Amino acid sequence: MTSIITRRRFNFGAGATAATLPLIGGASAQAPLGVGFIYVGPVGDHGWTWTHDQGRLALEKEFGAKIKTSFIEKVAEGPDAARAIRQLAQAGNQIIFTTSFGFMNPTIQVAKQFPKLKFEHATGYQRADNVATYNARFYEGRAVIGTIAGHMSKSGQAGYIASFPIPEVVMGINAFTLAARKVNPNFKTKVIWASTWYDPAKEADAAKALIDQGADMITQHTDSAAALQAAEQRGVFAFGQASDMSSFAPKAHLTAIVDDWSGYYIKRVREVMDGSWKTGDVWGGIKDGMVKIAPYNAAVTPAARAAADEVLKGIVAGTLHPFTGELKDQKGEVRLKAGETASDAILSKMDWYVEGVQA
Amino acid sequence: MTTAILVSILMTLVAASTPILLAALGELVTEKAGVLNLGVEGMMLCGAVAGFAVAFSTGSTMLGLIAAMAAGVATAMVFAVLTLSLTANQVATGLALTIFGIGASSLIGAGFVGRTITRLGPVFPAALSEHPWLRAVFGHDIVVYLSLALVLGVSLFLRRTRPGLILRAVGENDASAHAIGYPVIAIRYGAIAFGGALAGLGGAYFSLALTPMWADGLTAGRGWIALALVVFAAWKPGRLLLGAYLFGAVMTLELQAKAAGVTWLAPELLAMTPYLATIAVLTMMSLGRKTGRQHAPACLGKNFSAS
Amino acid sequence: MLEWRRRREPSTLMLWLSPLIAIGLTMLLGMIVFTAMGYNGFHAVESIFVTPFLEPQRWPDLGVKAAPLVMIALGLAIGFRANVWNIGAEGQYIMGAIAGTGVALVTHEMTGWWILPAMALAGVLGGMAWAAVPAFLRVRLQVSEILTSLMLTYVAVQALYYLVRGPWKDPDGFNFPQTRMFGADQTLPAMMEGSLVHLGIPAALLIALVAWLLMEKTTAGYAVKVVGLAPAAARHGGFSADRVTWATLLASGGLAGLAGLFEAAGPFGQLTPQFPTGYGFTAIIVAFLGRLNPLGIVFGGIVLAATYVGGEIAQTTVRLPQAATGMFQALLLFVLLATDVLVKYRISWRVRVA
Repeated sequence: MTSIITRRRFNFGAGATAATLPLIGGASAQAPLGVGFIYVGPVGDHGWTWTHDQGRLALEKEFGAKIKTSFIEKVAEGPDAARAIRQLAQAGNQIIFTTSFGFMNPTIQVAKQFPKLKFEHATGYQRADNVATYNARFYEGRAVIGTIAGHMSKSGQAGYIASFPIPEVVMGINAFTLAARKVNPNFKTKVIWASTWYDPAKEADAAKALIDQGADMITQHTDSAAALQAAEQRGVFAFGQASDMSSFAPKAHLTAIVDDWSGYYIKRVREVMDGSWKTGDVWGGIKDGMVKIAPYNAAVTPAARAAADEVLKGIVAGTLHPFTGELKDQKGEVRLKAGETASDAILSKMDWYVEGVQA
Repeated sequence: MTTAILVSILMTLVAASTPILLAALGELVTEKAGVLNLGVEGMMLCGAVAGFAVAFSTGSTMLGLIAAMAAGVATAMVFAVLTLSLTANQVATGLALTIFGIGASSLIGAGFVGRTITRLGPVFPAALSEHPWLRAVFGHDIVVYLSLALVLGVSLFLRRTRPGLILRAVGENDASAHAIGYPVIAIRYGAIAFGGALAGLGGAYFSLALTPMWADGLTAGRGWIALALVVFAAWKPGRLLLGAYLFGAVMTLELQAKAAGVTWLAPELLAMTPYLATIAVLTMMSLGRKTGRQHAPACLGKNFSAS
Repeated sequence: MLEWRRRREPSTLMLWLSPLIAIGLTMLLGMIVFTAMGYNGFHAVESIFVTPFLEPQRWPDLGVKAAPLVMIALGLAIGFRANVWNIGAEGQYIMGAIAGTGVALVTHEMTGWWILPAMALAGVLGGMAWAAVPAFLRVRLQVSEILTSLMLTYVAVQALYYLVRGPWKDPDGFNFPQTRMFGADQTLPAMMEGSLVHLGIPAALLIALVAWLLMEKTTAGYAVKVVGLAPAAARHGGFSADRVTWATLLASGGLAGLAGLFEAAGPFGQLTPQFPTGYGFTAIIVAFLGRLNPLGIVFGGIVLAATYVGGEIAQTTVRLPQAATGMFQALLLFVLLATDVLVKYRISWRVRVA
């Protein structure tokens, strides 16, 4: 209880200005470092927010009593977010992770009022001296599962349940299709835009529609495990998203792209502790352990397994980039010249589809 | 399109329609008694989480279904006590019930996120339920057949039985019904409880059959669609069945069209059609009222007190 | 045993006392429930209900959160008094924001003092237009405005989605579904440099005062109340129920639209798919919290805003899940609605003599 009382006293005196903030840093050298999180969903969504909360729990395990984490969940993207971030800032947190794209403007806005605190915004593109951005190269994982799909699909068609055509999602669809077409040049990816990140029943029905239309590999860029359950029911294969979802579909689940934020969170919190934290933009991939591939299902054929491992190794070694020219979009326009690899600038603005995508 | 696809579309359509049909049928009975309960979404979520929790803990999906109905009734009783016994405003209480249901289900369900159970399976033996095309009729689970039986039952109850007539009388003119000596409040308690049971069952259809799992906000707003559907159906069970399946058909065919490569459909425009259609139906009903036919229960949403 | 007797006239004392009783009772129940759930019940309730009022730095937050709620609830309450049940304020709020944003996008390369008033006007008209549909259908065709206004809310939400994902998408926004940020002349000025407090907050207070004067001191307000309480008497008195229906629906739609515009041009500064946050529905709760009285609504709006702000505080101080805050809000409303019975009934304890 003492911590609550001291925090309140601090709040009374401090007001909204940042001028008095360094006081707590100095006055409570022994006090645990405050680490705050803003979540867009409930911790119980078992999707995006859940993976970030796993990262928070990993922090607590790593640092124990040296830190004190807190989070505010189900924060609406907009003015409510600015208030929640400010609340964490005023509550004495030294570093605050805001974990959804829609928190970008509020994070920048609040960070200006608290120049001494550190802010980390996931998936955004605006930075400041005290605002860093971080994101994961999920498309690397897409290349691995695309390779498996190319090997194991009998119909040569995958179904892709997607949320909204933002660059993040578009590059996933492209990376998946490119990898599959390396194995099977006639491979097709059929995309259903679900226009939602989360509606389990709709995601399941979308999977069924894709299976009806000939897809025998299901993958998704939405939050729930419902599509995997539908694949299991219909006897086709599928891939998990954000976490290992094999318990939902023991037979269908070939592998999953697993988001693992714990390494990054631990690194950044440690940097705050030793004073070496700097702003920046980290886009971590398989090599950095931010994107992981879940254990393969026994059903994954040796050939598919070997090919997938090859892609994994290539990405880690830096010898393989999922987007390597020559690449044409669907109008036949050359987007990448032969031998050229896609720069991060190209990736983060991607709004075109490669051949083989039906979106 | 091959038979296989047609059968599959039909199966998906029926499954997608069933929870909405159930919740709407319950609300229809509630509204026929003159009570507007806007808390359908909240009751569905409570049913969904209770059904999953019990099915997971006992291993019995059937017990899960029963628990879901009980949870739906329990939630509905909060509404009933407030609006009937304490004469609170129905609109405000219903909205509060939804907020309550979202919160309560999330708290109860926290320990069940990520768990799995066995999906509610088909009733009939595999020879029928897995037959290439007979499964269109025999491949469904118990709740689907139950929902159809309930539509028939409610329809007969309202039109052909004396208690049904009394229930309608209470909804049309509570003061007269009271004057004749019918227990208006008790009848409305019953109607609200029935509505809660079916909303709970509809919610559990998500967590036990459609997507056998628990996650926050699992029903994703279907309760509001159910409310629209009751109006769309002009408070008639037969039309409700039609409306629910029509709605399921639109949802399923939209996804099929997208999977087949049709990209010109704006999902937003498609998503507003059920609501615009409902307003159109309401308007047409009113235009047709000159023939002397009244559809909406006259006392809908109004409180009754005996003294 | 308990004896319930209907009061001949609603108790004025209870009218003002019952919200306080409700708040006290909710705090007590909340402590019990949260403690039973394994949290520190006392600190949870303190965080939700007391801390936001004690910390001056939270006050702007309360104002920002309460302003749209109060503005919408004021319009709704006038309608509720006349038995006009507009529950689609959320749709009117969205439509107001859409109409105002339309002006902002057309004028985004222009400057001038006239832009904001034009946006505000568009917002009011947008909300009114959306409320005019249920008004027309009720007056002309006796269609229940409860259902039509609710249905139109979903249509408005989809219209918003369509616009921000399609024609109004920011051309420089990496395909993210949202409009461009409004320019300086399209944004509500802050009341003080660097402050969160925007024009919408004093506007809400001013409207509350006007609404109170209108309801209590004018014939129009009297007409609204008579139509609501005794439709037959209103007819004899020469008050037109149809005109009251039109007026109250347009007023509530216009206010909701204005609130939507203020929110879009103020705290949001753009239109995004996350724009609808349920203010239109929450405002119904606020209207009842304020007992349908304009001044009570200001109080109700601040109390409800406190539960949001305080809910976030409770998440960090006692790790109370967000869902528990939702339950607490529902509990507050349940208790409040239940204590309404004290206004209508006299409850006494009488020992029955055998």
